[in-house]
Amino acid sequence: MGFYVAQLLTGLANASSLFLIACGLSIIFGVTRIVNFAHGSFYMVGAYLAYTIVTTLDGGIFGFWFGVVVAAVIVGLLGLLVEVTILRRIYHAPELFQLVATFGVVLIIQDAALAIWGAEDLLGPRAPGLDRAVRIMGEPIPEYDLALILIGPLVLAGIWLVFHRTRWGVLVRAATQDREMVGALGVNQAWLFSAAFVLGAALAGLGGALQIPREAVSLQMDLSVIGDAFVVVVIGGMGSVAGAFVAAVLISVLNAFAILIFPQISIVLPFIVMAIVLIVRPYGLFGKEGSEHGAPSEPEQPLRLLSSRATIVVMALVFALAASPAVVSDFTTILLVDVMVATLFAVSLHFMMGLGGMVSFGHAAYFGVGAYAAAMAVKFAGLPMIPAMLIGPLGAAAAALFFGWFCVRLSGVYLAMLTLAAAQILWGVTFQWQDFTGGDDGILGVWPAKWASSDRVYFYIAFVLCVGGIWFLRRVAHSPFGYGLRGIRDSDVRAEAIGMDVKFHQWMGFALAGGFAGLAGVVFAFSKGSVFPDVLGIGQSVDGLIMVLLGGIHALAGPIFGAGVFVLIEDWVSRLDYWRFIFGAIILVVVLLAPDGVAGGVDRLLRAVGLRREERA
Amino acid sequence: MLEVKDLTARYGRAQILNGVSLKVGENEVVALLGRNGAGKTTTMKCIMGLVDQKTGEITYDGQSLMRKAPHMICRAGIGYVPEERRIFPDLTVLENLEVGRRPRREGAPEWQLEHLFELFPNLAERQGNLGKQLSGGEQQMLTIARTLMGNPKVVLLDEPSEGIAPVIVEQMARVIKELKAEGLSVLLSEQNLHFARAVSDRACIIEKGTLRYEGGFDDLDAHPEISQKYLAV
Ligand SMILES: Nc1ncnc2c1ncn2[C@@H]1O[C@H](COP(=O)(O)OP(=O)(O)OP(=O)(O)O)[C@@H](O)[C@H]1O
Ligand SMILES: [Mg+2]
Repeated sequence: MGFYVAQLLTGLANASSLFLIACGLSIIFGVTRIVNFAHGSFYMVGAYLAYTIVTTLDGGIFGFWFGVVVAAVIVGLLGLLVEVTILRRIYHAPELFQLVATFGVVLIIQDAALAIWGAEDLLGPRAPGLDRAVRIMGEPIPEYDLALILIGPLVLAGIWLVFHRTRWGVLVRAATQDREMVGALGVNQAWLFSAAFVLGAALAGLGGALQIPREAVSLQMDLSVIGDAFVVVVIGGMGSVAGAFVAAVLISVLNAFAILIFPQISIVLPFIVMAIVLIVRPYGLFGKEGSEHGAPSEPEQPLRLLSSRATIVVMALVFALAASPAVVSDFTTILLVDVMVATLFAVSLHFMMGLGGMVSFGHAAYFGVGAYAAAMAVKFAGLPMIPAMLIGPLGAAAAALFFGWFCVRLSGVYLAMLTLAAAQILWGVTFQWQDFTGGDDGILGVWPAKWASSDRVYFYIAFVLCVGGIWFLRRVAHSPFGYGLRGIRDSDVRAEAIGMDVKFHQWMGFALAGGFAGLAGVVFAFSKGSVFPDVLGIGQSVDGLIMVLLGGIHALAGPIFGAGVFVLIEDWVSRLDYWRFIFGAIILVVVLLAPDGVAGGVDRLLRAVGLRREERA
Repeated sequence: MLEVKDLTARYGRAQILNGVSLKVGENEVVALLGRNGAGKTTTMKCIMGLVDQKTGEITYDGQSLMRKAPHMICRAGIGYVPEERRIFPDLTVLENLEVGRRPRREGAPEWQLEHLFELFPNLAERQGNLGKQLSGGEQQMLTIARTLMGNPKVVLLDEPSEGIAPVIVEQMARVIKELKAEGLSVLLSEQNLHFARAVSDRACIIEKGTLRYEGGFDDLDAHPEISQKYLAV
């Protein structure tokens, strides 16, 4: 009995930590509708700052709590800086921009933390006065855990008071329900948003600072916590602080007991709970469908068939690509395979997002399933390359059919979150299931068949598969099926009214995009000779989003530009020190200066110098 | 005091207004009439700064509103009562009113809670209820009261009589007259000609984003073909 109570208390202490991070994220989302990837970074910076202040002061009980509070305040100010310089400019941009911009902030903060605090993990001090364990029903419980169990509900109560007893709190709650109306009633949204962002960031900083007696401070804290924080917010209902609390308790307590039965479950459990909750309650436990008023309106732009001149240019590029192995070095040939893989991946993601209007934060899932399916077919079934190459996309399409069925039932940010959950579940399974997938060690020795083993021959295989795949997806985009998808994107009500089976259409689009992402994964696996769980990770998904964004979401040719530019920049930058910082800065510059992507930027440049005629609607 | 000139507006590629001009004078109630989809709401949203793609000129007391953000337009003295009764469903009646509260302004009547509750007795009884618990008519009253909390000089009232019970429509008419008596100006969007005639000084009729008539109700009655053509009578 005592053991179970101890387990419950551990779960509740974890719940408090999780709640502190998640509630800030939820407040920020509720008011600004921004999905803030950088929230984990605020958490990490809070921990580092608290470490530095507490160890420098070395001032006993007072020093510890002072350090924790000051760290939270400084992180709040950091949040203000991020909000004012970056986010304020993109509140009206589509979700994709905001997500990618906050991911740029993640990269920048990561390298800044590396420069300031170094790569070593830092072992924090214990909390003075709370550094022992008390016995409860015979089991030792750390005093600090008990303190955390108290702090969570105290913070919840504090937020409740602010939200219900101050004018500012009432305005924040009103803005969560209909922010456009709040503006029309004379409230300066910019300041409201800033303030909400500062509060959210400070809460994340507080969460991080309170974590130092419990775990070492490291550069991995940011992305390791953000997945769980998202899950808690989505389960609780985006924008609901009480919901975040309930969800944090639910997940942490479930986890505390589930690991007694399945020790490996902790990585996937939150995502499984989230998937179940979203299917039963599409807006989370306490969430409501956000008001669509003042939602970012994307200027409608028709997809155009390429003009004959542009077709010639594209054809010329394809021929140049086909001929390139004859002239360029082997090294460049390999790089070009990377470009083609990235392009097919980006085109498949764009197919889903640009055409289908379904934003995916977890497209890497299908890329990864394709890669793993092919690798396992080679490794365990001993299949030759060609059949394995067939199995990859089929496996990816099957996975996309499975997860897509759930995802298309939602829309907007919730759909995006469910795709993220799907990807994280697959990633977790791959990571944990050592015997089957090799876990962290990956699968090695996935080389092409003998006849295809030279770089040049493999280049042509990749060429046929990737260019063929891109060509096929473009054809689909201009087929009745593609027009249907676009019709649904622009108005699902209208599409439904003319008798289309909206969900089925979207489901098929999802599966098709997944299948082609899988094809890209297959080509990738054989070109590298190995696969690791990273191919399913958040990083890979975000890479895809960045490529689509770099290219501009409205142009069919966008992802082709975007992927090319991305791989070339990455190849160049990743050789430098602090490449994350540079890369993050590049992302921010693109988001802020060329919101229609590189292709759009070039387009505008051409117009500006008069090389292209202005088109009028 | 509020003047709209050659206003055009579009959503994406759909042109909605093609050059609308109208004026609302000091302490005047002007009815903006037109069928469903004529562009009444769009005109009001343009004035309120809620539509980005617009051209023409909107001035208030001589200053241009074209590039101002909604909150600045509100602070300049223009109150907006949207048609879909966008109350905050999870806030109480009092909290809804609190969101609308602004400091009193020179030359405009000041609305205290007691005064508003006199005007809308139903709201007084339901102060602690959540917005979503109110009936349609009560929600309509709440949107108006919320806007008055901002002590505006001009009120844009978008179809206040739409979809509410006849008794409450009568109450709405009384409210509008009271606003005029207090010295406010009102731009009232309506489809209901009788209601508009009962409370307004002048009428503007728009159809498909174009102004078709501007003048008094007497002239309108003298030429029934106008209302026949442009209004659903
Ligand atoms: N956000 C929008 N995007 C695209 N079109 C819109 C949008 N809002 C309104 N419209 C279109 O603009 C036209 C004018 O709409 P508006 O709401 O101004 O009309 P209205 O005169 O207020 O009509 P009603 O009496 O029905 O309220 C309509 O054809 C409508 O379909
Ligand atoms: Mg209207």
